[in-house]
Amino acid sequence: MYPAAFDYYAPKHIKEVLGLLGKLKDDAKVLAGGHSLIPMMKLRLAQPKHLVDLRKVSGLSGIKLNGKAFAIGAMTTHWEIESSATVKSKLPVLAEVASVIGDPAVRNKGTLGGSLAHADPAADWPAAMIALDAEIVCEGPKGKRKVAADQWFLGLMATALQDKEILVQVRVPLPAAGSGAAYMKFPHPASRFAVVGVCAAVTLDKQGTCVKASVAVTGAGTKAVRAKGVEAALVGKKLEAAAIEAAAQKAAEGVDVQADLQGSVEYKAHLCRVFAKRAITEAVKRAGA
Amino acid sequence: MATVAEERLFGKSIKRREDPRFITGRGQYVDDVKLPGMTYAAFVRSPHAHARLNKVDASAARKVPGVLAVYTGADVKVGGLPCGWMLPDIKVPPRPALAQGKVRYVGEPVAIVIGETAYAAKDGAEAVKVAYEALPAVSNAKKAHETGAPQLFDNIPKNQCFYWTIGDKTATEAAFKSAATVVHQALLNQRLIPNAIEPRACIASVSPATGELTLWVTSQNPHVHRLLMAAFVLSIPETKMRVIAPDVGGGFGSKIFVYNEEVVVSWAAKTLGRPVKWTAERRESFLNDAHGRDHVTEAEIALDHDGKVSGLRVKTHANLGAYLSTFAPLIPSYLYGPLLSGVYKIPAIFCEVWGMLTDTAPVDAYRGAGRPEATYLLERMMDRAARQLRVDPAELRRKNFIPKFTDGAPYQTPVAFAYDSGNYEPALRRALQLVGYDQTRKEQLALRPKGRYIGIGVSTYIEACGPAPSAVAGSLGAGAGLWESGQVRVHPAGAVTVYTGSHSHGQGHETTFAQLVADELGIPMEQVEIVHGDTAQIPFGMGTYGSRSACVGGSAIVKCLDKIKEKGRKIAAHLLEANEQDLDFAGGTWTVKGSPDKKKTWGEVALMAYLAHNIPKGMEPGLEATSFYDPVNFTFPFGAHIAVVEVDPETGAVKILKYVAVDDVGRVINPMIVDGMVHGGIAQGVGQALWEHGVYSEDGQLLTGTMMDYALPKADALPSYVTERTVTPSPINPLGVKGAGETGTIASTPAIANAVIDALEPFGLTHLDIPLTPQKIWKAVAAAKQK
Repeated sequence: MYPAAFDYYAPKHIKEVLGLLGKLKDDAKVLAGGHSLIPMMKLRLAQPKHLVDLRKVSGLSGIKLNGKAFAIGAMTTHWEIESSATVKSKLPVLAEVASVIGDPAVRNKGTLGGSLAHADPAADWPAAMIALDAEIVCEGPKGKRKVAADQWFLGLMATALQDKEILVQVRVPLPAAGSGAAYMKFPHPASRFAVVGVCAAVTLDKQGTCVKASVAVTGAGTKAVRAKGVEAALVGKKLEAAAIEAAAQKAAEGVDVQADLQGSVEYKAHLCRVFAKRAITEAVKRAGA
Repeated sequence: MATVAEERLFGKSIKRREDPRFITGRGQYVDDVKLPGMTYAAFVRSPHAHARLNKVDASAARKVPGVLAVYTGADVKVGGLPCGWMLPDIKVPPRPALAQGKVRYVGEPVAIVIGETAYAAKDGAEAVKVAYEALPAVSNAKKAHETGAPQLFDNIPKNQCFYWTIGDKTATEAAFKSAATVVHQALLNQRLIPNAIEPRACIASVSPATGELTLWVTSQNPHVHRLLMAAFVLSIPETKMRVIAPDVGGGFGSKIFVYNEEVVVSWAAKTLGRPVKWTAERRESFLNDAHGRDHVTEAEIALDHDGKVSGLRVKTHANLGAYLSTFAPLIPSYLYGPLLSGVYKIPAIFCEVWGMLTDTAPVDAYRGAGRPEATYLLERMMDRAARQLRVDPAELRRKNFIPKFTDGAPYQTPVAFAYDSGNYEPALRRALQLVGYDQTRKEQLALRPKGRYIGIGVSTYIEACGPAPSAVAGSLGAGAGLWESGQVRVHPAGAVTVYTGSHSHGQGHETTFAQLVADELGIPMEQVEIVHGDTAQIPFGMGTYGSRSACVGGSAIVKCLDKIKEKGRKIAAHLLEANEQDLDFAGGTWTVKGSPDKKKTWGEVALMAYLAHNIPKGMEPGLEATSFYDPVNFTFPFGAHIAVVEVDPETGAVKILKYVAVDDVGRVINPMIVDGMVHGGIAQGVGQALWEHGVYSEDGQLLTGTMMDYALPKADALPSYVTERTVTPSPINPLGVKGAGETGTIASTPAIANAVIDALEPFGLTHLDIPLTPQKIWKAVAAAKQK
């Protein structure tokens, strides 16, 4: 496992990073936690000439609660999210998602921003970020801009991140009162990536009627997507078992399900429906709790 | 005597003496060895499963900075890799160290690049241009046999390397004609990829002073490596080759064999005049380490009106890969067919095996090696029969058990083996008790109406350890003996060095063998050192595989100790002016019977053996002994494993709720070490039942060639095991031990598979092939629901 030769940079400020990216152009790759890029480099599937390491860049890491939203630095590790007391009390589903990523070694090194920028079709964060209405903050030569999570994933490992930009922060709003969220996944037996993962967030009014539903699916297709059909079927209903079951039937709609050794298109579409049902059921339970 | 018995170390769970160095990073593995002037090798490997090799152009590679040399199949002048086991009429394809003319599997080494650094070698390997002309390929053993299938070798028609049978065909046909019940089942035993944690590695260095080649290699049997390489490949005297297998991190069979890499690296070190190191990348391990299993089988079982098994008929296509690995022909023949009687009295068995070449990595011994394939088949067939007859699967097994035989008279099966000793019913009874069988059956019925499906799987297995004796092995085609060597050297102050031909790559020999020696000599374990893994230090030995270290290697050490004690007694008697037969030896001291103050300690006797100032007339000085122990038979451990699983019909996911193992491995030297082997073995067997599968596409691309795709068992998917033992000593070796290294792997695959199929009984399913993946289960359940 010996990568091809590359030049290594460890800038300390975002401005320096952006300067390097401007200068080095397409031959440069940004390194976050390295759990996707380094193995690809070791297999020589990726051979960047320049590697710009973000680990020493100030201000890219940490979890802050600013009023009604979490602001999570791109270089925050999965483990920092999983173990954050504030996250666990204010938005426990984020810790839940983090806790089912890979294994402890991966979670201690891998980062939220790295995962979202890499956009592996079977990563866990994409479903959560879409379902929780997160915004992704990028910074480039022209300054900062925000992209809604459901506009971020464009295709297989393709995102709205533009040339010479880096992902710097993720903003996740706190849900309204009466909300609950859950993430359920069917892990790949070897890699632990999601064969199918569904994140569901619901808000119920005092009568128990669903006033807002946000559901997203990862793993099954080339990118994570919002399950709009499911959301529409949930809103305005009392979320009892039959209503959830009926809504969940629409979970694979709009997903470009890909067959592989883990499952045929038929099986993976079925898993989308099953895990949508399970995630919604759990989210409703938590909303009522 | 009671105190002495209590002090015995045999049977005690002594912590492994080797572990502190392993867990603190002080082990010395091959890759840890660094030599002055060392260079690094990288291999160019075929991306094609089957292709003509038209031209290897190394000109660009040779210009890469730091690259010292590039050698291709045309350059490397060594013999081909030998096959160490011949069957009647076998066709052995030539296996060059680097591909010549053609490549026949993805990952086959085509060229070696040697660099000043591993990076330079790797860069050089990328720059080698190879012109291939792709040919049609075949990866499935049965398809390789069909007319018109791609041919790997011109002179091996239909890719059939051998056809082998065992048993009585006529008697078996008669049994099927008169049977009350016949159950037929097609079964796949999928290909597995071994994945020892330490990848294979080697370093070759030739001394300019002596011309001696030293090869550090991840080997389970350094002398076998030396013999095969010196005599058959390199054509050098064995005295000019030293093989060192230092700390080795797991083998599971995959490190028994002689591979291309160590052969080419040895030749290159000599040619280049510098030491050369190669360490496999994990990707290379997946592609080029010998794989395991891969059988396509048709099985039929016949039963009489009383539910007694009257016959078994088996037809197996065994996938051997593209070339014959060192012991490949042995695994699906003599380590497979003779196991088909299991723990059951079966009057007639007939087994046919077609050994097939395909465009895949070579297949050879992998933990269990043939025995898991036989056991899975038989235990699945017993469950199929029980279902058909609507009898309890545990009861059908009990009814067919060979009755207890523990008086030294062996039980002769119809497929060559004569079992040493056995008492099968108590192990099953205990396992049923531990799992709460009757209660679990009730729960199973109670849960079904609630849409919950649990299943119970029973596996009563037999295992054959320490293949022997050498004369019989020779008559069956072995290219090696199956004995083991031991040498015990007592030093003047009484400390003892033991040289064993067995090799530890996780088994804990430094502890168990020291326990044995300390016990026999009555000295502290700290006075005993175990040396293994270096042909310059140990006598010629056969190494470790087939769960043979305790029963064969341990027995060789005991034979040495007998000689040492005999000489020590003579010296002590001489010093005490007593008759030899009047001496007691206990706690490391010889005492004159009836005169406890007249005694000589171990240290006094050892010192006198070397001072030789006062030893019996005519006796040679010194105190050491060598033994070569050739057992009269295999040993036959057995046991009962029971798994309880729950299947989620909605997703097809399987959860193991409970796992009980009651094994009988004869007498146990170190229970903790045996428990560890059983635990690891069960995990490996569960892996085959549920997750692991080396998948080749039809045209020979390995689709599960990384840890991201090939699903090894993970701790959180496994339950806490309940393990117990019954003890039926083996009458054939002085220790009464039977072997414990592979039992878990052999027993657990059918236990889990039977449990899953049992859970699916309400859906009318009688069989699914392993691995029982969620998708496979869901599909079958969905199809059954539609009926």
